[in-house]
Amino acid sequence: MTGRRKIEENIFKTLMVVSTGVVIGCLLLIVGAIIVKSLPALKLSMITQTPKGGYYLGKEGGILNAIIGSLYLASGATLLALLLSLPIVLFLNLYAKKTSAFSTFTRFSLDVLWGIPSIVYGAFGFVIMVFLGLRASLLAGIVTVTLLELPIMARAMDEVIRMVPGALRDASYSLGATRLETALKVVVRQCLPGILTAVLIAFGRGIGDAASVIFTAGFSDRIPASLLQPAATLPLAIFFQLGTPFPEVQQRAYASAAVLTGIILLISLASRILIKKYARHTIR
Amino acid sequence: MRLFKDYIARKVMVFLTVMPGLLVFLMFVGLFQKSKAILAVKSFSELFLHSSWHPFSGEFGLLPFLMGTLWVTMVAMVLAVPISLLTAIYLSEYAPKLVREFTKPIVDLLAGIPSVVYGVWGVLLIVPLIGRHVAPVFGIYSSGYCVLSGGVVLAVMIFPTIIHVSLEVFSSVEYGLRETSLSLGATKWETVKHVVLRKGLQGIIAAVVLGLSRAFGETMAVLMVVGNVPKLPKSIFDAAYPLPALLANNYGEMMSVPLYDSALMLAALILLIVVLFFNILARFFLVRAERKAE
Repeated sequence: MTGRRKIEENIFKTLMVVSTGVVIGCLLLIVGAIIVKSLPALKLSMITQTPKGGYYLGKEGGILNAIIGSLYLASGATLLALLLSLPIVLFLNLYAKKTSAFSTFTRFSLDVLWGIPSIVYGAFGFVIMVFLGLRASLLAGIVTVTLLELPIMARAMDEVIRMVPGALRDASYSLGATRLETALKVVVRQCLPGILTAVLIAFGRGIGDAASVIFTAGFSDRIPASLLQPAATLPLAIFFQLGTPFPEVQQRAYASAAVLTGIILLISLASRILIKKYARHTIR
Repeated sequence: MRLFKDYIARKVMVFLTVMPGLLVFLMFVGLFQKSKAILAVKSFSELFLHSSWHPFSGEFGLLPFLMGTLWVTMVAMVLAVPISLLTAIYLSEYAPKLVREFTKPIVDLLAGIPSVVYGVWGVLLIVPLIGRHVAPVFGIYSSGYCVLSGGVVLAVMIFPTIIHVSLEVFSSVEYGLRETSLSLGATKWETVKHVVLRKGLQGIIAAVVLGLSRAFGETMAVLMVVGNVPKLPKSIFDAAYPLPALLANNYGEMMSVPLYDSALMLAALILLIVVLFFNILARFFLVRAERKAE
């Protein structure tokens, strides 16, 4: 009897270790495969040049247009999303009653929005675009990605701001500060590292998302000079390059994927460092 | 003056806070408005139970895409649920601190990798692996661009979702319960099986459902590896054409063919409704799990 229990324990423990190994192995496999495959095509010209004519047929050039396009798009969207979600989160935590139906409903809506697939945001963005008479452009892309990033950012910030000790707020109120002053000068400052992390998470999501901008941002070989011009994005550039029948262009897709993965890894590293650095200034 | 500022800020905030709820509603209405055109002229069965998709001759049977989505999602769930649950149990109950500290950032990184990169990875590794090595074992010819490849890539993509939520659920099961069980002579696995898993069941269901809805709507990665042939798949080695892929692939030409855009927006609406349903279901279980834990 005891023997059988021991055996069962060991079987499951082995399975668990194997599963964990699989999960870790997947990340290594993804990063490893992309780095190894991209090495032959990874040239500096990839990231310093825009595509020359016939780039997608195997001619010279790079994907600078897509890198810049993605950065524009994600920065614009992240800024807008921050402007929209910070007040929402502050309201939920400082103004609204904790258990009111309104704040419960808002949190629930944010959760639901968070779960909506990005292709649906893309389709919805397209509907808005047609409704407003806009053409596929950087602006339309930014609006769509803002909607996509909003719930991600708001949820992440909500988690942080919720952790602010109530005593800190009470102290601020008792000194005669209004709610707004408390919100901006005490709570936001206290949560700065958390807020920055939320911003970076949303930014990373925005830069990597292809499905939502496929309808709305268009695609162009040039770096967009105004908000109304179409903009290329890195994920779509990868997708189009991989879709060509030319092996050397497909190689570049791998290289572009390596660039994108590099950007994402940098962002996640930056957010980790930020958390460590700012954690010193917060009151625990 | 300061009070006035506070007052204004409050009004602005209330206004903005109404937005998330409104946005869900607006998305629904917007997509519904657009898909009305096709719902008006085509019967329900013609749209959802027919498998002929020929937009140029006015046939809009969405069945192959619905089935494609279902197949790929099922395969992904079968692969992802056991692996991620076992990983979550290991991390929360067994793993030494060092392993846990090492694995958590890796799970976060997996969550952060863009889906296009998953797609590239699928094309690089999974598709050839399945086409050249797995399918021949079963004596089937497959190009590798098939349901199974899509499922494998999707499974890896939803690991983080399921692991994350289950870890949170397990950590909400109080320690005293485990100690009681262990002190009664149960082995660690028995404690997990009879106490932790049972106590966390609702939360685990929520984790799985959230993973499911993620898998259901994922577009780019799946699009790149499933082959995109609008036919009903007969085995996991057949190509499929999931609903999100249909949307992403056809946005260019949809404006020129009558009803085409309406059919695509209907596809988006279906995705939205299904995901909303899953999400609400998951929240329901999560809330119940939280209440149980308290």
